Amino acid sequence: MSDLHHDHDDGAHSHHHPTRPDTDAPLTHYQVMEIALRELLIEKGIFSADDVRRAVEAMDARTPALGARVVARAWTDPAYKARLLANGSDAVRELGIDVGATRLIVVENTQHQHNLVVCTLCSCYPRTVLGLPPDWYKSRAYRSRAVREPRAVLAEFGTVLDPAIDVRVHDSTADMRYLVLPERPRGTEGWSEERLAALVTRDSMIGVTRPSLQ
Amino acid sequence: MSAAPRFAAGARVTVRRADPPGHIRTPWYIRGKTGEIERLCGAFPNPEELAYNRPGTPPQPLYRVRFRQRELWPDYRGAPGDTIDIEIYQHWLEPA
Repeated sequence: MSDLHHDHDDGAHSHHHPTRPDTDAPLTHYQVMEIALRELLIEKGIFSADDVRRAVEAMDARTPALGARVVARAWTDPAYKARLLANGSDAVRELGIDVGATRLIVVENTQHQHNLVVCTLCSCYPRTVLGLPPDWYKSRAYRSRAVREPRAVLAEFGTVLDPAIDVRVHDSTADMRYLVLPERPRGTEGWSEERLAALVTRDSMIGVTRPSLQ
Repeated sequence: MSAAPRFAAGARVTVRRADPPGHIRTPWYIRGKTGEIERLCGAFPNPEELAYNRPGTPPQPLYRVRFRQRELWPDYRGAPGDTIDIEIYQHWLEPA
């Protein structure tokens, strides 16, 4: 039996499943520094432990469903779409979504161009509308290859683009954040915003996939 | 008061080929390359100063600069129209 598995047989409960490995590795330098700084700030009354917990909770509560609502509205309301492309942050606020100080640029996929978002420096991501980034978005492989061979990366996500479609990569290196407005799939004429929003995935708003009816 | 913008949309610019120490947000792969201003994004405190707890003033104009993939990577396999847009602060840009 491997270390990652355990068996138990207590009559009603007999099975074999993996357990999550413990993370007992020593803290890194920066983890120690973060804890020290946080404890000091709490001790000095700059903020409380509950403030930290609330901030984490608020960030964890954000999900790609926010971005999907924005996309579905843009698909059904051309005037809204025009405002969204002109000023992403203001248009997102119109829907009652708090984007704070985020400067959001929305880039539109069309039959002639496909947009892909990456941050080659670290992991800049439109967290206010998509929540936390997936692990692969932060990986060195994605960060380096998305700018170097975007079509190969897209193909690995199952998105094989016709050579006639230009690929526009956006390297999120500074103060802007990017949201891809995917193309509305054919066959969705007359659908409600709610039904459309259910088609819009996180990955399609990063630009590695396209929404589909399958 | 922000530094005055030097470049208009459509202007050809070259990214400085420099290697200063510290916190730099201009990726290595784009230094020395030439592209076109896509838009001015506004002015922001210089991150190279902010990283060392300095105020980063005056705020630096920030641009989105568009580069052709085939001009970045000699062996690029993709459409001639494929591009990459990168945010670059004005002090890293020179007229091309």
